[in-house]
Order: sequence, then structure tokens, then C-alpha cells
Amino acid sequence: MQFRRHTLSNGLEIVAECVPDAHSLGLAFFVRTGARDETAEISGVSHFLEHMVFKGTPKRSAADVNRELDEIGSHSNAYTSEEQTVYHAAVLPEYQGRLTELLSDILRPSLRIEDFETEKSVILEEIAKYDDEPPYGAFEKCMAAYFGDHPLGKSILGTSASVSALTPEKMRAYFEQRYSAANIVLAAAGNVDFERLVSDAQQYCGDWKQFPVHRAAPRAAAHSDFREIVKETATQQYAIQIGAGPAASDPERYASRLLASIVGDSSGSRLFWELVDTGRAEWAVLEAHEYQGTGIMITYLSSSPESMPENLERTQAVLRDVEQNGVSDDELLRAKSKICSQLVLSSERPSSRMFAVGNGWIQRQEYRTVRDALNAYQAVTVADIRDLIDKYQLTKQTTVSIGPGFPA
Amino acid sequence: MPIHVHQYANGLVLVAESMPWVESAALAVLVRAGCAYDPPDREGQAALTCEMLQRGCGARDSRQFIEDLELLGVDISSVVSNYHVSFGGAMPADNLAATLAIFADLVRRPMLPPDQLEDARQGCLQSVRALEDDLSSKTMQCLVRRHYAEPWGRPSQGTIESVERIAQSDIEAGYRALFRPNDAIISVAGKIEFDKLRDDIARLFGDWQSIPGPGPRETPPLRGYQHIGCESTQTHIGIAFPSVPFASPEYYQARAAIGVLSDGMSSRLFTEVREKRALCYSVMASCHSLRDRGSVLCYSGTTTERAQETLNVMVAELRRLAEGITGEELHRLQARLKSSLIMQQESSPARARAMAAEWFHLGRVQTLEELKSIVDGLSVPRINCYLAENAPREFSYVTLGARQLDLPAD
Repeated sequence: MQFRRHTLSNGLEIVAECVPDAHSLGLAFFVRTGARDETAEISGVSHFLEHMVFKGTPKRSAADVNRELDEIGSHSNAYTSEEQTVYHAAVLPEYQGRLTELLSDILRPSLRIEDFETEKSVILEEIAKYDDEPPYGAFEKCMAAYFGDHPLGKSILGTSASVSALTPEKMRAYFEQRYSAANIVLAAAGNVDFERLVSDAQQYCGDWKQFPVHRAAPRAAAHSDFREIVKETATQQYAIQIGAGPAASDPERYASRLLASIVGDSSGSRLFWELVDTGRAEWAVLEAHEYQGTGIMITYLSSSPESMPENLERTQAVLRDVEQNGVSDDELLRAKSKICSQLVLSSERPSSRMFAVGNGWIQRQEYRTVRDALNAYQAVTVADIRDLIDKYQLTKQTTVSIGPGFPA
Repeated sequence: MPIHVHQYANGLVLVAESMPWVESAALAVLVRAGCAYDPPDREGQAALTCEMLQRGCGARDSRQFIEDLELLGVDISSVVSNYHVSFGGAMPADNLAATLAIFADLVRRPMLPPDQLEDARQGCLQSVRALEDDLSSKTMQCLVRRHYAEPWGRPSQGTIESVERIAQSDIEAGYRALFRPNDAIISVAGKIEFDKLRDDIARLFGDWQSIPGPGPRETPPLRGYQHIGCESTQTHIGIAFPSVPFASPEYYQARAAIGVLSDGMSSRLFTEVREKRALCYSVMASCHSLRDRGSVLCYSGTTTERAQETLNVMVAELRRLAEGITGEELHRLQARLKSSLIMQQESSPARARAMAAEWFHLGRVQTLEELKSIVDGLSVPRINCYLAENAPREFSYVTLGARQLDLPAD
């Protein structure tokens, strides 16, 4: 296994974890842009643009793109988050060259008007789909309530109104502000021919424009707030709770993931024993999410509407107990064992290493081996977790509950 | 790599594949005690039993059970299907033997603690209620129920009433009658030594007594059309039609045809329903197999005003399949299937699951080389011949949403 990197003269960075005896390889363009980089007027444009990237280029129609991705047997997809847009695929090694050319080409989309209007309907259908699915947009509503005016409070999908009002011109203007070569990382892992990857990237991406791209990354402050939204057609009640946590480049992020596992893993955690094992809740999970400049600790709860008030109280009691008494050596040992095992197992797939390598580079300009990450988890002590808890008050949360409603 | 198969004297079957290039081992244990064997007024009993099994076994109470697995780095999963209650887990390969010992307690020596029954029941009721909010799953469960009827179309979670009816004595009696080594499968893939694995399992499971398994009683399917009224934003559409089972010599012809319909971004459903007409975000079709019969299940979710057109286009595409597929379509599908097979070698859990399913349906396990040659051997004339003789028809429909739809004319 070898880590390789190269930067093209236009600033495009290429990073790869090369494993010559792997069966496949994963390849992705990570663009440092997402909902946090949008204004209210163009809310949803990053995600809409992600769809439009598959709609063709001067030399390919949308059908050509789909057909060619299938011809090379790729398992490809894309996603948009608050701060990245990622175009990724896994293929067998013989298709590395074709995949690099194809992904590079589609990263300079035509944004043709007829494709734009067709795809707008698909996005509106996607918004309608999430409107019907638990937790009915409560995550985004809680992010908006927690972050307020902070850029991370923005919706990824946008609203039907904001998406309907988008035009190819507005999307192109956004593209020309965000898709600078220097704002993009080409990441690969697995059976990668790195020399070929660099020469292909030079050929297909070497003329991409470079221009300054700005992103504000202030830290957000936690605040207590509670909002209830009535969704009469729902059967269960859902609650999302967000508090502060470490940012993507904070060394404490390893401790916060261990803490999240101890307090709120889907099995064997304190919330599991208090709420799920007892049948009080369907879900009771705590996760740490890191972003550039700030981070959150997020709780998801779902249960019958009538038991939600008690479940929220029990969740607070679990979090308060952790704040007051910290965690035990045994709990930390089990959490390390669980997380490290999952890390080793998932790293057997080149595509999952590709996400780790790409994310590490786009968030921190840093490469870490699986061994580095294992060591970082193993080095966390109970005292580190204590420091973390003292710094980020778990019980200081913004809550959004959605469902048929429950007695006050 | 060669597939190892060993049948123990009590009927238990071990299938295993060595993957020396990974550091993990993955395990799947399938016991023929699925929800098809639930008593008629106790639907959900297999699911509640599965929940109770994990609340203490051998010398471990429920907390010790989970903590020991955590220390071994095992991410345990459990699934209740029509045929099986199954448990799976992947782990660092060194921990396989210790994990097998815990799994032996789990299926052979559960405590089924009566003081845990109400908590376990409440957990199961959460799943029943959660399904009411999962409209696409609810639609597809209703579809499968209409298509296969009792007991093979039965959803595993039961109803509020049936789950509330299940007593401790039902759980204990069901466990005694159904949990047995005959008809059970243990599938292991990863960094293993087969001889040691075979002997470890002999020690842990060899003295498990076999008992005769029951045969569930079947009722004729309802088929036809069911609309479920719901004030949802989207209308959810499910379509099913009969096909061949996994064990049929024609299975791969059928699978390839459905692949042309639904695998990949250039597939017919994605192209016609989403890309050209923008009628939906999700549309798919897949092969579903029981042991002796199969079907194709199709799904789309779309806003109410576009639901009729979505249904019409989906059915038109299903019917057009009878006219055959093209060489280019098959070529693309072969590339996708082959890369999936090769990538399966990078995942011990995927391999363990696939081997267990093959043993259950075929009574043997195909090597990846055999599967690759099957994919290479697919031909347009044979697939089109199959499609001409087995044109998609006899559709069952379920829609869920604000308005009932008009079924396309035959």
C-alpha cells in the first residue's frame, strides 16, 4: 500500500491510496461546495447541479453518460452534503482510463435548458419523496433552528419554490464561482495506476480554470431551543436534537466518536439500554458529525407520540449522567473495540477507502492510513472524554419534534 | 477459490469459502424458523422470538451477550424472513471461533427470560407502528402479500393485535418446535482454515438434536388490484408478476431480462420513467424468489398528479420486454454483473450471505468462476426466447396515495 499525491498546475489535487493486489478501484471527484455555500436565492443549487452533471457535455448527451457508465460496469453515484459534492464510481482496474475520462468530462456539464427543465421535475419529485418519509425533513429543520444564520443552517435540497425559481444562468454563475480546479480533489483507492491517473487528469482536467473560492467557516455556538411541528398523517413521533461537537480538523474528533458510540450507538449504548432494549423507543441514537470549522452531536429519537415526552426526559437524564460522571474504562474499551473493528472491516473495500482518503484530503489536506486512525482511537483516554464533555455540554441542545403531536 | 461444504450427522450444513486476501471473517447462521411458520393468529411470533433470543443465552444475560460481542468486534445483525430466522456478523478473523461459541448459545441455549417479554414485545410493536410511516415498504409488503398469499407473502412483523396476543408459552413452544440443526445453514467467508472451522462447529453444534420440521399451510393468492387511501404527497406504486425461481434452469434468462429493465442508469425503467419523462425519483424492478416459485417486483413513488402516467409507462415497459432485448443492452448488463461478482470478493459478509442463499435455493454453492461463466454465457437469442415464452403478464397491483389509479388495459 502506498499513498501518492500530485497537484496539477491549475491547482487540482490528486490523491490515491494504491493497493496493487486489490480487485477493484474507487475513483471520485470531491468538490468543496455544498449547501453552506449557497445564498437563499439559489437554495438547492449545489444538489441540482450534482444532478445536471449527469445530463451531458458538449460531446455527450445524458443518455450517452448513463450508457457509458454502465458499459464499464461501474457502480457510480453522487451526493451533495452541506459542504461537499462528490461524484464517485467503483470499477475493475481495466476501466480506470475510461472512467477517468468520463468523470472528468461530465464535471464540465453543458447545462442545456431542456435537460435542466426535465431534471428540475425529478428534483421536485425527490423533495416530494422526502416530504413523505420519516423524519419528514426534521433533520434539516433542526439544523436550521440550531445554526440560525450560520451557513450550515441551509437546506441541501432547497424548497419547491427555490428549486422552481432556479435557471441555467444562475446555476452556471454558481458553477463558475465554485468549480475551480483548485477547489476539487480527485481521490482514488485500490488497484490504481497512479502515473496513468495523473497523465489522464492532466489531459482531461489540465485546462480547467483556477480562480479564488471563498468559504467562511465560523464556529457555531450551542443553544437550547424546542420546536414542535405537527404532521397529522404520521403514526410515530420523531425528535432530532443537536448540540455542539468538535470540527473536522479538531483532534478531539476521535474522542467524540467514541463518546457517541458509548452514549448512543444503535446497540449496546446507554441510550440503547435505556430506550430501545426496554421497547420505549424504536430508535435512540447519538452521532458526531464534523464540518469545516464546527461540529455537532446529534440525537435521533422515534417512538409512539404519547411516550415521546418521557423519552425526551430519559434521554436528557442519560446525557446529564454522562456530563456529571463521565464514562467508565470498560465502556471506552468496548467502544474502541467496536469502532476499530468496523474500521478494519470497511477498509477491505477500495470504495470505502476512497471516501476516507478523499474526505481526509478535502477536509484537512491530510492522509491517514487505517493504522493511523486505529492508533488515534486507541490513544483516547477516559480523561480525554472528560475534557470533551466539559467543553461541549451534551444537554445544551436544540430540539425539533415532528409527528402527530404529544401532550405538553 | 474452492467452496467447502460439510453436512453434519444432525443435518446441519456448513458452507465456507476461504478469502486469504482479507483480514475479516463473516458468518451467517440461518435456522428454518421464519415467519411462514408463525401460528395463524400469532403473526410476528418469529420476530418476537428473534428478539427474545438476544436477551440472554448460555451463561450470559442480555447485557453480557452484547458486551462480549462488542469486545470481539462483532457487528451482529438479525433478520426474520419467511423461511429463516438468521443472525450474521463480521469480525476480525481471529475472533471467529469465539463468536461461533456465542452464536451456538444464541440458537441452542437461549434463556427466553419471561421478565424480558414485555420489553421485547414493545420493541416489536415499535417496528409495527414504524412501518405505517414507511409508505414505500408498506406498499411493497401489501403487494407481496397479495401476490403470494399465506404464508409466503406474510410480513414478518405481524400486527399490533397479533403481537399483543403472543404469550411466553408460545415463544417457548415455537422455539422447541422450530429451532433445529436439520434445515439449518452456517455460512462462513473470509480468512479461515476450513478444517479447524469444521471441527469447531462439530464441537459447538454437533450434539444439537434434529427434529422433524413442520410444513406450513398455503392459501391461494388474491392477486388483482388493491388501493390504499392515504393523504400522502406521493403515490406509491407496486406491481408484481410471476416469474421463475432461483433454482430454475431459466433463472439467469429471467434475471438478465429484469437487469435490462432495471439495473444501472441506462436501464429501460430509469431511462423511460425518470430520464425522459421525469415522472419520479425512484423506479425499480427486481427478481424475488421463493424455493419453488418466483416473481418480479416493481416499485415507483411519484406525486399524485403524475401517478397515472407513471403506472402506464411502467406497464408499457414491462409489456415491451416480451419483444426482446438488444445485444448492446446485454453487453452493458454483463459488464455490471461481472464487476459486481468481482467486487463481492472484497466483502466477506456479502459472500457469506450469497453462499447461504445459494445453498438454500440450489442445494449447492456456485464459485465466482462458475457465476462468471454463466454471465459470459448469456445470449440475446436465449433471453429473447425465454421472454417470448414468458411474457410479463398476470400483474398484481398495489397503490398507496390520495387517488386510486386506472389499470392499463390488457
